[in-house]
Amino acid sequence: MSSSTVSVGRTLTLSVNDKTYETTVESRTTLADCLRNQLGLTGTHLGCEHGVCGACTVLIDGRTARGCLMLAAQAEGCAITTVEGLSPTGELQPLQQAFWDCHGLQCGFCTPGILLTLTELMRDDPQADEKAVRLALSGHLCRCTGYQNIVAAALSAVEQLRETS
Amino acid sequence: MKPSPFLLHIPQTLPKALDLLANLENCRVIAGGQSLMPMLNMRLAAPDNLVDLNRIGELGYIRDEGDEITIGAMTRQRDIEYSDLIAQRLPLMKEAILQVGHRQTRNRGTLGGSLCHLDPSAEMPTVMMAMGAKLVVQSVRGSRILAMSEFAEGMMTTALLPDEVLAQIRLRPWAPAHGSCFVEFARRHGDFAVASAAAMFELDRNRRIVRVSLTLGGVAATPWRVVDAEAALVGQSDDTGFTQAADAAQRCDALDDPAFPSWYRQRLAGKLLRRAMDCAYRRAQANQGKT
Amino acid sequence: MNELTSRHVGKRVRRVEDPALLRGAGRFVGDIEPPGTLHAAFVRSPYAHALINAIDVAAAAEMPGVIAVLTAVDLAKVLTTLRMPLGFPTTTLPPDITPFVLTPEEVCYVGEAVAMVLATSRYTAEDGAGAVLVDYEPLPVLADCRDALVAGSPKVRREAVDNVLCQFKVGYGDCEGVLATAPHVFKERLHQHRGGAHPIEGRGVVASFDRQEGTLSVWSSTQMAHELQFTVAEMLGIQEQSVRVVAPDVGGGFGAKFLVYPEEIAIAAASRLHGCTVKWIEDRAEHFVSAIQERDQHWDVEIGVDDDGMILGVRGRMIHDQGAYTPQGINCAYNAATAVTGPYVVPNYELDVYVAQTNKVFTIPVRGAGYPEGTFVMERLLDRVARELQIDRALLRTRNLIPADQMPYVKPLKNRAGHPITLDSGDYLACQSKVLEVIDYAGFAARKALAREQGRHIGIGLAHGIKGTGRGPFESASVKIAPSGRITVSTGAMAMGQGLETALAQIAAEALGASIESIDVVSGDTAAISMGIGGFASRQTITAGSSVLLAARAVSDKALKVASQMLEVAASDLVLRDGKVEVQGIPEMSVPLGKIARLLRGIPGYDLPDGVGAGLEATIHWEPDAMAYANTFHACEVEVDVETGGVHLLRYVAMQDCGRLVNPLIVEGQIHGGIVHGIGNALFEYMRYDENAQPLSTTFADYLLPTSTEIPPLELLFMESPTTSNPLGVKGVGEVGTLPVTSAIASAVDDALSEYGVRIAAVPIDPVRIVEQIEGRQYR
Repeated sequence: MSSSTVSVGRTLTLSVNDKTYETTVESRTTLADCLRNQLGLTGTHLGCEHGVCGACTVLIDGRTARGCLMLAAQAEGCAITTVEGLSPTGELQPLQQAFWDCHGLQCGFCTPGILLTLTELMRDDPQADEKAVRLALSGHLCRCTGYQNIVAAALSAVEQLRETS
Repeated sequence: MKPSPFLLHIPQTLPKALDLLANLENCRVIAGGQSLMPMLNMRLAAPDNLVDLNRIGELGYIRDEGDEITIGAMTRQRDIEYSDLIAQRLPLMKEAILQVGHRQTRNRGTLGGSLCHLDPSAEMPTVMMAMGAKLVVQSVRGSRILAMSEFAEGMMTTALLPDEVLAQIRLRPWAPAHGSCFVEFARRHGDFAVASAAAMFELDRNRRIVRVSLTLGGVAATPWRVVDAEAALVGQSDDTGFTQAADAAQRCDALDDPAFPSWYRQRLAGKLLRRAMDCAYRRAQANQGKT
Repeated sequence: MNELTSRHVGKRVRRVEDPALLRGAGRFVGDIEPPGTLHAAFVRSPYAHALINAIDVAAAAEMPGVIAVLTAVDLAKVLTTLRMPLGFPTTTLPPDITPFVLTPEEVCYVGEAVAMVLATSRYTAEDGAGAVLVDYEPLPVLADCRDALVAGSPKVRREAVDNVLCQFKVGYGDCEGVLATAPHVFKERLHQHRGGAHPIEGRGVVASFDRQEGTLSVWSSTQMAHELQFTVAEMLGIQEQSVRVVAPDVGGGFGAKFLVYPEEIAIAAASRLHGCTVKWIEDRAEHFVSAIQERDQHWDVEIGVDDDGMILGVRGRMIHDQGAYTPQGINCAYNAATAVTGPYVVPNYELDVYVAQTNKVFTIPVRGAGYPEGTFVMERLLDRVARELQIDRALLRTRNLIPADQMPYVKPLKNRAGHPITLDSGDYLACQSKVLEVIDYAGFAARKALAREQGRHIGIGLAHGIKGTGRGPFESASVKIAPSGRITVSTGAMAMGQGLETALAQIAAEALGASIESIDVVSGDTAAISMGIGGFASRQTITAGSSVLLAARAVSDKALKVASQMLEVAASDLVLRDGKVEVQGIPEMSVPLGKIARLLRGIPGYDLPDGVGAGLEATIHWEPDAMAYANTFHACEVEVDVETGGVHLLRYVAMQDCGRLVNPLIVEGQIHGGIVHGIGNALFEYMRYDENAQPLSTTFADYLLPTSTEIPPLELLFMESPTTSNPLGVKGVGEVGTLPVTSAIASAVDDALSEYGVRIAAVPIDPVRIVEQIEGRQYR
């Protein structure tokens, strides 16, 4: 950077999990860092900070995006959903419950991002089969599970959704 | 892995963005950010100013303009993926977009961003080269239209000047009866291709090839049209010339890196082009008579 | 545990860890940030080998937000030594081989830390790190471990006496004599590649020095909390009890966190120096260059067999890439060398091992710890014999496997603790037969022929693996019942995502007749228990599980004795059920465990119940006498694209014998993860360095971890041969799934490409090399 660049704080209004937050960040602050450090929503994890591992995946206006590949300031005016927003009352939702039942997580570090990807998938493709689930999951890295029980959990949640709807 | 300091500018209109670009020093444009943000995080790019195009609604559209389909540079890859118009009129693009990154990156990544980043292995530049896209570039000085072959100057290098923005992509769909195919070899689904090939054929009533486009991605520094082979195939009424075309592809001057030496990329070029030709030709035959 | 009717152990119990993690309410080290925390970034060497002429920190120190820039000189003020202690100080190794906290004079691998910046945020800390000017004078580089054996090769460190750290022999019998007369001798040159551990959470540490109390609190994403506590105390010259280490939720380990790292000491020292909280969260770029790696080994081996393919002897030489320093010991090389003979009867064996240093980041065990390498060597040799003698691969193994009726089978080899390698139980042939039946091995030739007619190349591969699990010397557990009735299990074992807490809760619940919900498991907190070893070598359910079982039994005995006095009923007529001690058959006659706990806390001035002592609690440090050998057999089908060299997995079947399963749900998860780690090693994960030892694959776009689309559904089978080596009858499960994967896939690729004579001799399997071999090009 040249000496002329100063790190000016900018005040943002962010809507996260149906709640409005006002915060001050630098221009360069990524959305993931802002969620974690400024807003205290530490369920969004950072695994690579170059957009590959998917741990920081959040929903922006209902669509998945990498929290490390967006600046916080770019998210103003968007409806942001993080893992904390999936069970606002604390009670596990069917997808989370399926992860619990099917042992769809081990260390749990990649899990928040994966839950958001599957939330989007189940909304957009209520008939998702194993292939669709594996395709959606291919944007995530998990070192613990070999993906098998994540796929099983997702398919179980899809099945439940189908039965209840 | 955090970006170095910069000032972020978020213009709401294209003229405002052009104005910023004309006046700011050491400036980068950010579109979907799926390539630039990693570079910023790794401090491989360290601009003083970042101009964000995401709020410029006028840059996001897919329009049917008769002979042409025009696409705003900020159109998300996701919107291309789900566009009926693209699926019907630009099937090559539809086939290729499904191999671009992942759901999570296509949601945010844009067509313009991919073209301006111009990774030699990226799918969209290869499709643009295959289709002879025209790129509309704007600055405060006015606008100019570049052919994809002019736009793609070299390894990750475009013809864009520092004050210019890619605003629109213009594509001329082939006749409904054409057949196209995009194939790639990547180590994992969603990775940049090691190499890719796009083939398009249009046949006449006598099943003679009247129009052909053969393009390789990931082989040369920029997507490469196998022009000689194209010319040789026009007028042929079967696939016997494909072997020669694949051989021509195999003789290309290919990129060389520690993971994939040039001889291997050359080999892939020939094999993948052959697959793309066979498939596109079958599709062209199947589509005969379609209007 | 057989006397208990199993209510919890052996059941598919959902994990107690999960609800918080699923709500995003986990607490990882990155989530810990007391007010006023300073953030650290390290200045790391861009050179694989160079002298440090000068470090100019002036510009960095003046940057906004930067609080301090520290070098080795600064840290030396609060450290007893700048050099890390040797992790396993048992073997005779040369002095001065461990890494520095911050290196003072010389950098010996790309990524070695030379300075650290403390700032108000990680962003500004990185700004500062970028402004530190280091004047390096490049030195010659040793990049390939094979060059370490060449006289006159560049010294890996100026101080190094020899680039070969040590040389040793492993073996028994008379290989020379046997191979001289063997009817058939086949030689192979094999390579298994260095990769990374890559838990999705990298390393991280937060240290907070309390000036008033003189105490240091450390939160670290570690697999060894007690060792970290000990090392921090030693190096900072403070009492062990003044240091508390807490491992919060750990986002995976796989070996990368089974080491006390220089960065952990540097952060603790910086906290002491500045009297404030200092935090460092490793980013992925740092993980690629400064977290441990494993598996670069070059093997030249030969096998002698008779006409039936019966093994007569195996011998050879192995060169192990140790990296620039030796932080732990030579365990990887030793494990690999002693793992070769595996589940087979090998009458004569001899291996010369060279532990060679290079200017690359140091190696310690990654999931499998040398066993995958040893396995790969033996399985590749057997495939070679099968091909040369035209004996079916499965039949050849059948002939050479150790038969079940010879268990326990003592190998004339010692494990690294010096005990004879004793395979305690297992039926290797039965495992093989069942898997081959499930995958329809007998029908494969027809499937292959059919595929070939369609222009497809498919192949089937198979491999065995066995692993010693449950290393000692001990693991700690205490079981304590509070007056509230809640049960706390504390252990020095380390949870890092495996489900340890659930498994230990199951064992305690079983032994105490309690519900799992009434139990809290505390692991990774040095304040909760005074000693502990930690998480490695697939050991924790065995060692900590046994300690929990025995401690819970001791608590149960105490409770029965006290209840017997309270209820005036013989202890033999009492049982523990649902948090109470009750008279068998008369549930209304009972005493809650909490009430007994209250009594045993003591009432000032009054006597305790007779003959039990204070406290309804017990602590056990169970010590294994021998390792428990888990075994596995894998078979897979692959399809190879002969034009691109791409390998696609079609089917994967694996049988495990891990003894008794405490929680089949968790065990399956461990095996899934282990297999996919192996698939990464077989097909994807390549840590590329250039000839100057400059790492080239330093992003997840270049270093490929397996993704969901590349993995077929994994079909798991289980056999349960209990072991007598521990009271639970369990064997370790964390690593065994990884062992034979590279071998099975290589075997399948060979089979798919048999018509081209392709032979896989190195992993990961590189599509370029496949095409190279198919086209008869020069093998690089």
